[in-house]
Amino acid sequence: MTVMPVPDETANTSRTQPGAPKGLSPDDSAPIMRRVKTKLTSRWATAAAVIIATIWTVPTFGLLVSSIRPAAKQVGPRSDGWWNFFGDWDFTFKHYVDVTAAAGSQSANLSQYFVNSLAIVIPVTVFVLVLASMAAYIFAWGTFKGRDGAFIFVFALQIIPLQMSLIPLLQLFTQVLQLPAGSYAQLWIAHTMFGLPLGIFLLHNFISEIPGEVIEAAKVDGAGHSTIFWRIILPLSVPALASLAIFQFLWVWNDLLVALVFSGGTADVAPITQRLAEISGTRGNRDFLNPAAAFVSIIVPLAVFLGLQRFFVRGLLAGGLKG
Amino acid sequence: MEFIGGKFLQVFIALAVFAAIIGLIMLIVDRAPKSVRDKLTIVGFLAPAAILMLTGLVYPAVQTSFLAFTSASGQPNGIDNFVWMFTQPEALVTLRNTIIWTILVPLLSTIFGLAYAVFIDKARGENALKALVFMPVGISMVGAGIIWKLVYDYRGPGIEQTGVVNALRVALGMEPKQFLLDAPENTIFLIIVMVWIQTGFAMVILSAAIKGVPVELVEAARLDGANPWQQFRNVTIPGIRGALVVVLTTITIATLKVFDIVRTMTAGNYETSVIANEMYTQAFRAGEAGRGAALALVLFLLVLPIVVYNARVLRQQREIR
Repeated sequence: MTVMPVPDETANTSRTQPGAPKGLSPDDSAPIMRRVKTKLTSRWATAAAVIIATIWTVPTFGLLVSSIRPAAKQVGPRSDGWWNFFGDWDFTFKHYVDVTAAAGSQSANLSQYFVNSLAIVIPVTVFVLVLASMAAYIFAWGTFKGRDGAFIFVFALQIIPLQMSLIPLLQLFTQVLQLPAGSYAQLWIAHTMFGLPLGIFLLHNFISEIPGEVIEAAKVDGAGHSTIFWRIILPLSVPALASLAIFQFLWVWNDLLVALVFSGGTADVAPITQRLAEISGTRGNRDFLNPAAAFVSIIVPLAVFLGLQRFFVRGLLAGGLKG
Repeated sequence: MEFIGGKFLQVFIALAVFAAIIGLIMLIVDRAPKSVRDKLTIVGFLAPAAILMLTGLVYPAVQTSFLAFTSASGQPNGIDNFVWMFTQPEALVTLRNTIIWTILVPLLSTIFGLAYAVFIDKARGENALKALVFMPVGISMVGAGIIWKLVYDYRGPGIEQTGVVNALRVALGMEPKQFLLDAPENTIFLIIVMVWIQTGFAMVILSAAIKGVPVELVEAARLDGANPWQQFRNVTIPGIRGALVVVLTTITIATLKVFDIVRTMTAGNYETSVIANEMYTQAFRAGEAGRGAALALVLFLLVLPIVVYNARVLRQQREIR
């Protein structure tokens, strides 16, 4: 995901709520008319909002219900739509056991891929956070010629399509660097590379707002750059770091393209999205497992996302709206 | 569960090596003689990120630009790949679809997101209502593909339908429809999935922007006799113009790069391919690296104007500061 800067016109001026104006209208009937009209529009608005909320929720809800319906209800002659669940209340958790347990080549074997996803996401998130905040600190507080130009260049890098990097990068990894196949190294490095521009941009916006006096005071006390960075900059940037961490986590967990190119597709390395795309892409008699498999893969990002939504939104706004 | 042990050992080693490198940089920066310390800090702090971005983004982008002018065997072939792209029927369908995607997705996502943000503004339970529409943003596009395949599920006429949309069609007395197979409208049904994902993003940004519009302005317009629509049209919209531009450009770029939805739902068959997907197919499945690179280059050229515009906005902001 890329985030654009925006001019300051929408900065958060807090919205006050003045009381309803009284006796300003010369015509007494007008306010009543107006009130009726507002109420009517708000009723239509409420209806529209409810419809949108429903359309946006039903697909995911359908997936959840499907995932616990017995196989015979999902495929074959006796199958029917997931909403019939609310008539028969026939449910099973067998599909969840089936897709996660490692048994035979027929199995979706998701627990292996689930671990892979974690093993890819966690280091990448750490790498991006540390490297991006180091660079952002220099872009915000270092003084060297061409600093602003370099920063704008980094911002522009955000928008090089991933697709452009894949072919040369794969050649570089396998032929020049000879990174071992069947390890996470290729994925870690590729994801870190792709995550840095956005990371530096988001963190820079935050770090540059730290009051200069704080840093000056530390310098006077004899603190070196590394001390300032670890003891002052990072602790003060926790909100921005949190939102970037969530970003990075979601982005890497949900990625498919980078995984397809760099993982080799084995159960040793490939993340859960890749496995999911594989099993849902082949139509077969085990299609009834797809909803459960999909739910296993979205449960972690969804929990992270809904649980930490506040930070995520704050980060988006800090990066996108405050410029 | 022995496989977990080996995997976590890898992770542990990677983190340890990384910590050692960073520790070394910090040590050098701190112990350097005073005269070069500041310069060394700048180099030491920037170098890791700079090296990664140069090798991971800048070098490949340059490389791909050259690759776009070579054939499958690596021989220079002039503009043959571009001729192929703009003359072959299949390739033209890909271009057409990409254009439809980049027009419809930003537009629809922004309209729905804006409408929803306005409708629930200051409503009771606003945060919960927001979460419902925001939720798809956190779902992977692969997951979204499976979710919507279920929604579009098709069974022959006369059989109990398992997809919501077809069940509704049958209930209304219509024939069930193969949403993902019938070209050209199947592209629209894929686009709906992307709109479903992006609307939440648009909604959150626009909602924050709407709350930033000074209430005095809206109030003044109301006292001047503007109806709610006029208030919205003449006060709110100009007040959130910056945020609208952000949302539109961000979603446009995300849409240009869309890959996973097409990949999981139709794999680009039935005339639904887009540039990003075709690029993957050509380069990594058909062995046509040159064509893949050419498609990637076109993608970059499509994104370029947006980059330039935003870089200029950013430069202006930094000059003000």
